[in-house]
Amino acid sequence: MLKSLKSYDDLVSMRKSHDKKHKRDTVKVSICMTGCRALGAEEVYDEFRKQIKKQKLQDKVEVIETGCQGLCARAPVMTIEPPGVFYGRVTVDIIPDIISSTVLKGDVISKLCYAEAGKKIPYLKDIPFYSKQKKIVLRNCGVIDPNNIEQYIARKGYEAFAKALFDLEPEYIINEITNSGLRGRGGAGFPTGLKWEFCRKAKGDIKYVICNADEGDPGAFMDRAVLEGDPHAVIEGMLIAARAIGSERGFVYVRAEYPIAVDHLKNAISQARELNLLGNNILGSGFNFDLEIKMGAGAFVCGEETALIASIEGKRGMPRPRPPFPANSGLWDKPTNINNVETFANIPVIISEGSEWYKQLGTKNGTGTKIFALAGKVKNTGLVEVPMGTTLREIIFDIGGGIPGRREFKAAQMGGPSGGCVPAEHLDLPIDYETVKEVGAIMGSGGLIVMDSDTSMVDISRYFMEFVQDESCGKCVPCRVGTKKMLDILTRITEGNGCRSDIEDLKEMADVTKTASLCGLGQTAPNPVLSTIRYFMNEYEDLLKTGS
Amino acid sequence: MVEKTIDLRTVRKIVSEYGNDHDSNLIAILQQTQGEYGYLPKQALKEVSRLMDVPLTRIFGIVTFYSQFTFIPRGRHAIKICTGTACHVKGVNEVKQKVKEQLNVVEGETTADYQFTLETVACIGTCFLAPVMMVDDRYYGKLTTDTVMDIVDRYSGDNA
Ligand SMILES: Cc1cc2nc3c(=O)[nH]c(=O)nc-3n(C[C@H](O)[C@H](O)[C@H](O)COP(=O)(O)O)c2cc1C
Ligand code: SF4
Ligand code: FES
Ligand code: FES
Repeated sequence: MLKSLKSYDDLVSMRKSHDKKHKRDTVKVSICMTGCRALGAEEVYDEFRKQIKKQKLQDKVEVIETGCQGLCARAPVMTIEPPGVFYGRVTVDIIPDIISSTVLKGDVISKLCYAEAGKKIPYLKDIPFYSKQKKIVLRNCGVIDPNNIEQYIARKGYEAFAKALFDLEPEYIINEITNSGLRGRGGAGFPTGLKWEFCRKAKGDIKYVICNADEGDPGAFMDRAVLEGDPHAVIEGMLIAARAIGSERGFVYVRAEYPIAVDHLKNAISQARELNLLGNNILGSGFNFDLEIKMGAGAFVCGEETALIASIEGKRGMPRPRPPFPANSGLWDKPTNINNVETFANIPVIISEGSEWYKQLGTKNGTGTKIFALAGKVKNTGLVEVPMGTTLREIIFDIGGGIPGRREFKAAQMGGPSGGCVPAEHLDLPIDYETVKEVGAIMGSGGLIVMDSDTSMVDISRYFMEFVQDESCGKCVPCRVGTKKMLDILTRITEGNGCRSDIEDLKEMADVTKTASLCGLGQTAPNPVLSTIRYFMNEYEDLLKTGS
Repeated sequence: MVEKTIDLRTVRKIVSEYGNDHDSNLIAILQQTQGEYGYLPKQALKEVSRLMDVPLTRIFGIVTFYSQFTFIPRGRHAIKICTGTACHVKGVNEVKQKVKEQLNVVEGETTADYQFTLETVACIGTCFLAPVMMVDDRYYGKLTTDTVMDIVDRYSGDNA
């Protein structure tokens, strides 16, 4: 049982006492126990602990379970510090070797090391995948045990919130967020400070804070990783938002396919309650705030904010027209502030380091960093955080290690079903909200799927249309019918039965669907088609030629 | 089809745990009800409607809207194959085909012995190990037509 914290000072002393406890000369073995479970991380972890116990090394070696360490392609992964080696593809039978060589003697086992251009790179700090990133939101992810609140506090966790609670006025907090230039990371890129200000100014005694953890874009796993690897950062961000807008109750809406994320979040909430960081009279300040988890039930459209709110209310998750915006009339018609997981995880850093510091990162149109989920035909699939303004080439080639095999890069799909495919000619574009839009995609939530010369772009276009057609809630005609018709045409083309006029028809229908649909799903549904027509018309033509 | 009678005590307990005053808990109640029975029996839905004083049509409206809910009894284990973008470009279709052939079901169906229900889902956030699937609450990555059935077979013997 954790001892409840009664003041700001209590929180700081807890950190200091943790520091003292942990100045021992131990070797720290961090094993990713989240995404890596899909390739046997649990077996590796259990065996490691068993061996340490058997060899009576508990005093010398600390084995901790962490969230995603980033280079997921090498799953299951572990980091051993000292000497700071990063191992991947770890199997149960090699664990005795790891203990006798690396843990006890600091020697490197070469076959477990990451390699680039035929050269082994044993130490994490030397691997370009890591050295080229800037981890702010992911500051704790893969480093601490997400199920242990003391480790979060040891890294000054909840001190940004305590500062906001005791030392800063709500207006000041909102100014800081506005001045930082932070824009929503859930897709639309709306300025976060402005949203908070609307909600603070909205009339009403009861206000809500919602965290959107529905992460529905296929190919996205940033929010999953943050929730699993550092759930307290999200809770702390929500607490600061609650303090700023004047709210006592919050919800986290998580999709059903994320059982580990839900589990870690539940633990985090209950530990925060034990320490009196959630609940009534938090840290003796008189401020109250508590959180509940709501589980999604398998509807992509529920990621849209008004649909999400309907779903929390226990209704069918259908979007409604805005205005009124949730900031004025949201959950149970009360003023509601809704932000994405990654947006919230940015907040504590801005408050502790200051908006001027934060603003130096990134570009004018996009400050700070962005997490990308790198997947598809790229060597180092995984979780990448870089300053806004980094180029696709840096992400895919320098960090991502390029395209496996002898194939060539063809396109990067950004922004999921609302986004588009960015071709090779734009690899050197510095990425921010505006630049990506100019080339026909969107920043979106951060899913980045690399496609090589083997991928058919017409097939991808059809693939996304099938997805949105399937997920359209059917409330408005342009989206329901438009996506169906476009899907029919695209299917015809991919089967080699298309005709010349199909392209014009597609463009026309895309136009109607974009302008006449009620919510973002319909409004952006044609984007993948339009971007593939724009850059890969030759592939459509090849298919049309073979047809009649 | 005539439904076999079910033990309504289970659903009554779920509703009483949530309390019957907040219909905002409806989705959570239905999720737990499905978790207990393996599907949503009509009798259980009627009981929820009665206890919570919510029209049955509204409950049906919710159940038909969210793809997670089902009126049909499911197998002991749910196999969810990811058909998201990353898995799509990494060739999940062949893996899916293999499972369909081996279990002799199509998407959404349950095997004759009620051991497995096959579902597809667009992304389970494990794209870095594509192609992937979940069996119940566990993730499995880097599937090939060779490995996928080994994993499925691990679940074929038990009755849990
Ligand atoms: C169809 C659709 C799906 C969406 N899915 C998500 C999602 O999964 N996660 C998310 O954070 N935002 C999603 N959004 C955006 C939300 O409506 C909303 O803009 C966002 O949660 C606001 O948070 P932010 O300002 O921090 O980005 C979606 C929007 C649409 C139209
Ligand atoms: S645009 Fe599509 S998803 Fe959005 S409300 Fe209309 S039918 Fe539903
Ligand atoms: S999930 Fe294990 S390193 Fe990313
Ligand atoms: S696309 Fe398959 S897990 Fe994301």
